[in-house]
Amino acid sequence: MSPEFWSMGGYAPYVWGSFGVAAAIYLWNAIAPRLRRRAILDSLADDE
Amino acid sequence: MSAFVAIFARELKLAARARAEWLMPPLFFVIVVTLFGFGARPNDPQLAAFAPAVLWVGALLAALLSLERLYRADQEDGTLEQLLVSGTSLSFAVFVKSLAHWLLSGLPIVLLAAPLAAMLGLPAAALGPLVLGLALGTPCLSFIGGFVAALTVGLPRGGALLPVLVLPLIVPVIIFGAGAVRAAQQGLDAGAPLYFLAAILTLTLTVLPWLAAAALRNAFE
Amino acid sequence: MNWTWFHRLGSPPSFYRFAERLAPWLGVAALLLLAYAWYGGLVLAPADYQQKDAFRVIYVHVPAAAVSLSLYVLMAVAGAVALIWRMKLAECVMIASAPVGASFTALALLTGMLWGKPMWGAYWVWDARLTSELVLLFLYLGVIGLHAAFEDARAAARACALLAIVGLVNVPIVHFSVEWWNSLHQGSTILKFGKPAISADMARPLYAGLLGTYLLCAYAILRRTQNELLLRERGTRWVREQLAAAAGNRDGGAHVS
Repeated sequence: MSPEFWSMGGYAPYVWGSFGVAAAIYLWNAIAPRLRRRAILDSLADDE
Repeated sequence: MSAFVAIFARELKLAARARAEWLMPPLFFVIVVTLFGFGARPNDPQLAAFAPAVLWVGALLAALLSLERLYRADQEDGTLEQLLVSGTSLSFAVFVKSLAHWLLSGLPIVLLAAPLAAMLGLPAAALGPLVLGLALGTPCLSFIGGFVAALTVGLPRGGALLPVLVLPLIVPVIIFGAGAVRAAQQGLDAGAPLYFLAAILTLTLTVLPWLAAAALRNAFE
Repeated sequence: MNWTWFHRLGSPPSFYRFAERLAPWLGVAALLLLAYAWYGGLVLAPADYQQKDAFRVIYVHVPAAAVSLSLYVLMAVAGAVALIWRMKLAECVMIASAPVGASFTALALLTGMLWGKPMWGAYWVWDARLTSELVLLFLYLGVIGLHAAFEDARAAARACALLAIVGLVNVPIVHFSVEWWNSLHQGSTILKFGKPAISADMARPLYAGLLGTYLLCAYAILRRTQNELLLRERGTRWVREQLAAAAGNRDGGAHVS
């Protein structure tokens, strides 16, 4: 990738900041339910 | 009709006994507004520009103070359960209780608003829209707050939750209420925002007692 | 019309199995669409002639804003269904959509602010869309907080449903009131975005991003609904079966679920 691509015409903090926050929130939405499910299954298995 | 009188008289009698509790909201309102005056420069002409926001925020925060107690005492001493099984329309009882709340905490604020506004340097032309707006807006808060108080009744952390739940619901009220005063300050017609406030009041009066009753029933199921 | 499929889907075990089969496909489709959308938005799409490269924020802002409103509507409708028909599944869907919607509302707000700085010169302007989005975030947080405060799951769900429905009526009133509020000051004109003439190169990744984000939300809500169902139905036979299956997977070590 060229330096122009990373500099985004001088708007780098705004563009990459937005995409960075977005990546974090998309990932959280994809992963958090799975982690919670494992926690629920573990706690239910302990109760049995 | 007798139920109306009974519930209403009971609310007033209880309030007469716990006078300190009901003196708190108007006192709080006065303190907020005067402290704001001390926070600014002496006789700052800018104060009048912020007066609508200060008066409206002060009024709504003051009315919020007493909301938590709206159903708490009734829940603790069993009155609420009596109401639930008594066959009286619960939404009607909620309506009367919210009305009593407004009479005790909203109305004093409406009456106090004009002298406090004069202290902040609000022009006389804006006093009418301010008082009229508060008269329309504080009942909205009593009924919205009554609904939220019914949702959180009996919850251990209900007190902290109440302002968070009320805040987004009263945004339109504060925008139109303070907007009416600002419109009058700028010499514009304050009629439109006051009509909007009246519309919001009509909506809250007709829909929310019914939903608050559903929330109360849910809390006791 | 034959409604048996609907009633069957409404029962917790069959919905759980249905979600178990559907969710992976949704996840894969969302991943592919989002990968294309972001590559298209960051690389393929030409810079806007007015906003230059700053316009690329729309590829994350617009899907987040769209989803934030849609999920609130979904939450309130699921709440209404839960109240009227006392349907357990609808309660679970309502609770499942709250954190997902709240996260995308926060994303829409943050990206809106990051976009606003180069375009308006300020991170925050009190315009109708940003302000409504903020109120929406408070409404989501209210539902999540109210749900967390209850001990009993059914009472929590019904209280949240009532709040969500009142909030749904509130959102358009807030939007309208803020628009009126801004119209009061003709003097301070807020710089409007010049509507970018959107070319196909720009539009295609945007639509892909919208669809991908909706699919990801569907995935997250299905998974969270499954979690709620497991918790609500603990002790029943079908949950025991799921537990046994999960334990078997772990002991075998063949599956990493």
